[in-house]
Amino acid sequence: MSEAAKNQKTPGLQPPGWQFGDRAFKWLTLVMALAVFALIALIGYELFRGSHLALQKFGWRFLVSSDWDPVNDVYGALPFIFGTVVSSAIALLIAVPISIATAVYLTELAPLWLRQPLTMFIELLAAVPSVILGLWGIFVMVPFLRDHFFPLLQKYLGFLPLFKGPIYGVSMMAGGIIVAIMIIPIITSVSREILRSVPGLQREAAYALGATRWEVTRIAVLSYAKKGLFGAVILGLGRALGETMAVTMVIGNTPQIVKSLFAPGYTLASVIANEFNEATGSLYPSALFEIGLVLLGVTVLVNIFAQMLLKTFAGPSVKPQH
Amino acid sequence: MTAPNHSWRNFKNAFMQTLACVCAILVVAPLLLVFYHLIKEGFTSINWAFFTELPKPVGEVGGGMGNAIVGTFVLLAQAAVIGVPVGVLGGVFLSEYGGTKLNWWIRFAADILNGVPSITWGIVVYALLVVPMHGFSALAGGVVLGMMMIPLVMRTTEEVLQLVPGGYREAALALGIAKWKTIVQIVIRTALKGIVTGVLLALARVAGETAPLLFTALGNEHWTHKLTEPISAMPLQIFAYAISPYDDWHRQAWAGALVLLLLVLSINIGVRFLTRDRFQQKA
Repeated sequence: MSEAAKNQKTPGLQPPGWQFGDRAFKWLTLVMALAVFALIALIGYELFRGSHLALQKFGWRFLVSSDWDPVNDVYGALPFIFGTVVSSAIALLIAVPISIATAVYLTELAPLWLRQPLTMFIELLAAVPSVILGLWGIFVMVPFLRDHFFPLLQKYLGFLPLFKGPIYGVSMMAGGIIVAIMIIPIITSVSREILRSVPGLQREAAYALGATRWEVTRIAVLSYAKKGLFGAVILGLGRALGETMAVTMVIGNTPQIVKSLFAPGYTLASVIANEFNEATGSLYPSALFEIGLVLLGVTVLVNIFAQMLLKTFAGPSVKPQH
Repeated sequence: MTAPNHSWRNFKNAFMQTLACVCAILVVAPLLLVFYHLIKEGFTSINWAFFTELPKPVGEVGGGMGNAIVGTFVLLAQAAVIGVPVGVLGGVFLSEYGGTKLNWWIRFAADILNGVPSITWGIVVYALLVVPMHGFSALAGGVVLGMMMIPLVMRTTEEVLQLVPGGYREAALALGIAKWKTIVQIVIRTALKGIVTGVLLALARVAGETAPLLFTALGNEHWTHKLTEPISAMPLQIFAYAISPYDDWHRQAWAGALVLLLLVLSINIGVRFLTRDRFQQKA
């Protein structure tokens, strides 16, 4: 404080002690900010180090081989890649139309008094821990799907190979639905931000041409915001790919590649969750590290793509939801 | 424009509006359903013993999650020790210092970190701490949650600091106060509520994390006395009970989930009232 007082008498002159304080603080904050790069380096380093053995042994074959046989020490990630892709695809098919329609409702249609509480409600849904959704999935959603929804689907769409075969309840479809529930709040709130940043003039121009409300939304709002909405969807995809607990609890955890969505599957994230603590020897854990590396690579690429879309659309004002 | 065309457009308009409304209801339904079932299945199993006692072995009725509840708070305290200083000071750098290019890269890196799957964090910290220390530990669990908090806290801190009017900074600097003191005593103090909000939301987020704890904190049937021992946490215990075949454990899982959800949601709702007046949620 005495330093500050001294300086008040001589503005413009900076005593050496001051510069030290300023410089030290700046460096301190800089080091803390740079911690994010250190963390990224750490993640990359540990995953490469951990998967070293498997990378050497299997190389690229790891990605296309579907043998996962810990007993004979043979590992291939294809069933898990397949499961991750299929469950995320189901999740997106369900989540995208619902999320964007809800975002439209929140920005264009809903009565003003309802918008704030509804938005808050959706943000709360995003805060529900994955394991709780998984618990609900096991004991409420899966039995319901098994006894009511899946038989119905099979009855009317059973001619498609996707909906053939025995119904167990735990399945690729159940995994996809639970992931959809998890990513809907993210896609909805990012889409809502995007739609809110569409200039009002766009809408007024369309109204002036005599368009109905839906036509205004379609012509002036949705097509204007296309790129940003795409970014929101890709961001949701990034989350879907890495989702672990809830999926692990309902997808059935069977490494297989089959057409039926009613059959159990397995994902990259869930095989790590289930098998990592039991992995003995040196190659088995290494293969799981390599699965982690694949998962990281894919989610990081997807997230970079999403960030680029969102940033070019709306500048830095739209922040990604976590 | 002919009349039939007009009514068709009106019909389509009404149809799409109804559809959007239905979708909004579909989005809200899961939270209500989850909450309904949690209360229905979990509420009856919540009693004093649930909060104070250890889990009972299979077959014995009763017992609780005392150790997991304490464990969650121990892990959160450790996470805060790591995540808050790094996150807040990093956020200060982003908002107050640095060139635009460097800051762009830092923000970008933080956003990428936020997208790293939580299970990946788990195996990374396993390799970083559990292997060298020859065992699962509460410390490793705290570190992994702390690391996950860093990018979250950094981004929210930056955001609220930028809401502080530039005039405050200029006024302080004009009085000859050093820049770092201006930041600490005026900028941070003005935005303190917002920063606390960001920290609490990050804590609520990691409080529910299970995947990163599976290979770090591991879980524990007993009380944990040292940070070098494995520790239980509510999400871990809920997961273990949920996939077990015993009805009594399922009841405990529901009760645990209800308590955990109430904790997470009350933080989320609480901070909204805390910040309602000043930093209206821009997001």
